[in-house]
Amino acid sequence: MDKPVNQGAWLLVLPVLLIVAFSAIVPLMTVVNYSVQDTFGNNQFFWNGIGWYQELLDPSTDLGGRFFDALWRNLLFSFLILAIEVPLGIAVALSMPRQGWRVAATLVVLALPLLIPWNVVGTIWQIFAREDIGLLGWVVNHLGIPYNYTADPLSAWVTIVTMDVWHWTSLVALLCYAGLRSIPDAFYQAARIDGASRWAIFRNIQLPKMRRVLLIAVLLRFMDSFMIYTEPFVVTGGGPGNSTTFVSIDLVKLALGQFDLGKAAALSIVYNLIILAVCWVFYTVMTRMDSGRS
Amino acid sequence: MEHLAWMAWTWQTGAFFALVAGLLALLTTLAVNRPEIARPGILGITTTRGDRLFITLLGSAFIHLAWLGLVGPELEIASGLALLYAAAVFRWV
Repeated sequence: MDKPVNQGAWLLVLPVLLIVAFSAIVPLMTVVNYSVQDTFGNNQFFWNGIGWYQELLDPSTDLGGRFFDALWRNLLFSFLILAIEVPLGIAVALSMPRQGWRVAATLVVLALPLLIPWNVVGTIWQIFAREDIGLLGWVVNHLGIPYNYTADPLSAWVTIVTMDVWHWTSLVALLCYAGLRSIPDAFYQAARIDGASRWAIFRNIQLPKMRRVLLIAVLLRFMDSFMIYTEPFVVTGGGPGNSTTFVSIDLVKLALGQFDLGKAAALSIVYNLIILAVCWVFYTVMTRMDSGRS
Repeated sequence: MEHLAWMAWTWQTGAFFALVAGLLALLTTLAVNRPEIARPGILGITTTRGDRLFITLLGSAFIHLAWLGLVGPELEIASGLALLYAAAVFRWV
């Protein structure tokens, strides 16, 4: 006998649907509407068609130049922090204790930077790296290395990359540690019997076991760094010049500084599409890895 | 429409969202009346009709943006390419 299916449970999803509609879908639709129009305020809009998108995708225009410059900066930033945080996170995870009270102590210490709000992290580093009153800035300058993140682009980049590494390497390390903990002792015993070197154990046992969590870590860190706003904004405000102006910072300047809602909306849509595409690629790769394993 | 003025609707964006909503409604109706089994495609993952619609919409957006950035503002050809792309996705992905 067929059991009747009660579709009434769908009603329970309604509250979530309503919340998502008002917090995400309606604002996104509004942004799409703005992106094809121009406004001079007073809630009056004028049709501009694909004009803003055309301008945005042409590097010879002011808007396009700004967008592509910020996009390359964003990609460079994401590449740098991934190149540092992933190997460093693995190294930290490998050197973490496996048992005893030191496990809990290490986990707490590692989790601390993750618990600090972004704007507080920015403020900490903004003061810490100042050449006059900041410990880091003062020491580096007194070692004879010129360092001033408010005037020198290289110093600004070093500061925000170091800040991100300080803030987020723990996440990679904790994820890798979770992966390492899932390896049964029998694997290590077998490796010892075979006389495997430390590198062989890492390459053939630990790394494959960490592959999935590493992919999650790379995805999370890429997306987060690609959307980064608060920390560099608090430390450098996008400067000196535009040297640390990322897409999100430029977007806020356009939308709230210049009140160019049409341009900002077009930029938002393209930015959103890039993030969506990267998410989808990562999702596909992870799903493939899963199906390959099963 | 007066009370929705803050959303700055135009008939073009309204038509676009109506099309997307229509596609979603169509897929829902299909899912209820002709349930399907997810199948593997050339990407090496199993996809449902909904997945393929998502890939189509996302890819079509990039086709239009790439055309606009690299070729010019005549988006009719880009739309044609996007339709071809959609057919390929629903056939092979």
